[in-house]
Amino acid sequence: MKTASMISDNMTMHEKKAMPAVENLTGSHAIIKCLLAEGVSTIFGYPGGAIMPTYDALMDYEKQLKHILVRHEQGAVHAAQGYARASGEVGVCIATSGPGATNLITGIADAYLDSTPLVCITGQVFAHLLGSDAFQEIDILDISIPVTKWNFKVTQADEIPAALAKAFYIAKSGRPGPVLIDITKNAQVESLDFVYQACQFLSSYEPSPRPNQLALAQAASLINAAKKPMVVFGQGILLGGAEAEFLAFAERTGIPLASTVLGLSAIPTNHPQYVGMLGMHGNYAPNRLTNECDVLIAIGMRFDDRVTSNLEFYAKQAQVIHFEIDPSEINKNVHADVAVVGDVKQTLPELIKQLKQNAHPLWRAQFHELHQIEQQKIIQHDLNPSTAAINMAEVIDGLNALHENPIVVTDVGQHQMVACRYAAFEQSRSLITSGGLGTMGFCLPAAIGAKLACPDRPVVGIVGDGGVQMTIQELGVLMQQQLAVKVIILNNQFLGMVRQWQELYFDKRYASTEMCNPNFGMIADGYGIANQQVTAREDLAPALKTMMDHPGAYVLEVVVAQQDNVFPIITPGASVADMCLEASNSNQQEAKTDE
Amino acid sequence: MNKNYNFAIYSNDQAGILNRITAVFSRVNLNIEALSVCESEQNGVFRHSVQVHCDHATAFRLSKQLERQIEVIRAAFQADDEMIQQEVALYKIASKSMLEQTLTEQIIHRHHARVLSMNSQFTVIEKTGQRHESQALFDDLSVVGVLEFVRSGPVSISKPMNAEAMSHDMSVFKQNATCDADHQVDV
Repeated sequence: MKTASMISDNMTMHEKKAMPAVENLTGSHAIIKCLLAEGVSTIFGYPGGAIMPTYDALMDYEKQLKHILVRHEQGAVHAAQGYARASGEVGVCIATSGPGATNLITGIADAYLDSTPLVCITGQVFAHLLGSDAFQEIDILDISIPVTKWNFKVTQADEIPAALAKAFYIAKSGRPGPVLIDITKNAQVESLDFVYQACQFLSSYEPSPRPNQLALAQAASLINAAKKPMVVFGQGILLGGAEAEFLAFAERTGIPLASTVLGLSAIPTNHPQYVGMLGMHGNYAPNRLTNECDVLIAIGMRFDDRVTSNLEFYAKQAQVIHFEIDPSEINKNVHADVAVVGDVKQTLPELIKQLKQNAHPLWRAQFHELHQIEQQKIIQHDLNPSTAAINMAEVIDGLNALHENPIVVTDVGQHQMVACRYAAFEQSRSLITSGGLGTMGFCLPAAIGAKLACPDRPVVGIVGDGGVQMTIQELGVLMQQQLAVKVIILNNQFLGMVRQWQELYFDKRYASTEMCNPNFGMIADGYGIANQQVTAREDLAPALKTMMDHPGAYVLEVVVAQQDNVFPIITPGASVADMCLEASNSNQQEAKTDE
Repeated sequence: MNKNYNFAIYSNDQAGILNRITAVFSRVNLNIEALSVCESEQNGVFRHSVQVHCDHATAFRLSKQLERQIEVIRAAFQADDEMIQQEVALYKIASKSMLEQTLTEQIIHRHHARVLSMNSQFTVIEKTGQRHESQALFDDLSVVGVLEFVRSGPVSISKPMNAEAMSHDMSVFKQNATCDADHQVDV
């Protein structure tokens, strides 16, 4: 019954041109054929009992479909995320039932919160064994419900083409997200009459609502009349491929532009209207002036609590215009005075037609003034410290100085915030980081995926000594695939961000944050990966150059200041306008909520 | 202000959809007070009736989260006072109390209930009405002893004057429902 409705959706609404010939195939071969029909060329995975028939079929398609053997299923899903985020295509990973499937969950959750298009295929025990606690049987469908955009269990071979067609359509359309397809072993070995038709419509799903013309007109009128407008943009611009439209909008209106973490690189960092990053460790000017603007224009972002801090004190003075593809985000956290629901690639060009040319010089000068304060109090010190130990920011700055235009992939923690604050981006999709879920261990496998998606761009992973040890086994993929991923380990021998919070908000009680680390160079040696450790400032620039010039993978460990903090910071529970520039300031404020 | 909200959630027929729907409520730690699932007036479309106790803002947010689910076609919600509700309650009592005491018959008569089934050992009484009515019958019957008691939970239908608010027109796409029309400013 369940497939009947699914197939009818696909069959009735399809353009029926170029009907391919029917082939008799096994379910396993059908899976591969579906992937090829969707244009997939690289998948990430790990074999095991319930997915073995599909792995066997993979051998027949080695030339068309590259399979990357990871060292842990979490590595497969993060690599697929990195691939998807760098390329804009759907990332695909594959794992066996039971532990193989559960090991994917962290990455699927990460992709769900960061709207990354993924198709995850898991093997499942034979259909007749379902519910019997068979070896490696786990109900991955139920486990994955809260973290998937859609999921489906296939129990017979003839369901495979429609299920995968629907999976790809759902994963990449509208607000993208992860989809999981669980395929029983019998469905993989049985045969079917295979014919593939891509899915283009589902009756219960409107991926990209048509923009409301009245709302657009109201938005335009508010923007045209605004004296102190400010744009806060997010990943929606990258996901919609609307970088050019956004740039056109920006340059017509002259409005200052501030980015969320995931929006970074949607516009070049050196664009004159770009005023920096929002949020807890973002830049001083855009956070402060969020509470001074008269019209706040949110584009493809979801007002995450790390951006807004305390909602009671967030932009209360401003009229809020929200451009967003997902209707469930409207009025979720921040009330939208005008909501334009739709794909920004469509809504921005329609908006621009109604906008007046503007420049807002006085208002932009306010951002410049506050930036000068941040420059003097924070940036200056971060980049030219008087201490002997190297700062994280110096490393990012050294990387910028090489002008290699890399894809920067980060892990989670202090180094992530420093990378987001200081990395210079010239090109779109140049930052890949775990935003919503904040998954330590994301960097190394995601960098692998990014490099496979964009082999011609340098890929630099920036990771802490804590996070790198969560997925360090994926160095094995760099070795086996000969991938030229550059990994910079910023080693402060602490879980730095937690340590910073302990210092600021927990009376300097450093519970379980100091780390006794291995010799990272010897580990890299074990994988045959070139490496170097830097402890002195004068060695940093040459080491970065050596790393980037090296033809293959490289691990550069930089020993950085142990007790350095990321500033500025918005104390949890405070207003964005109360961003602290130094520790003494933030210490006086009690954290008002437990985060 | 917290009150009972009744969700009418229309979905495609897919295994696991009920878990997806209930997960939206359990995620925010809401207990489902009543739940029923049936095929709706439209062939192949299922109606999940869910009652929860929460405030209006939460109910609104949940309706959007529900409509975000791919297989959910539409999720509307209304407070108790905007609905007409009815529930069925069944009461099992020992037949000898029927035979030996006229009180039992009087109770059944007074509550407009009816005998659904009767044999030498037990009698099943049915009462259709609102929650307080089925409760009142239960309280009265407790005097003679209730062996088993079950109620369906309310099934609700929107009042005629709210037909627009709870449009059952499946051709109206869910995302167009409220979002961009609801909150416009005069400029």
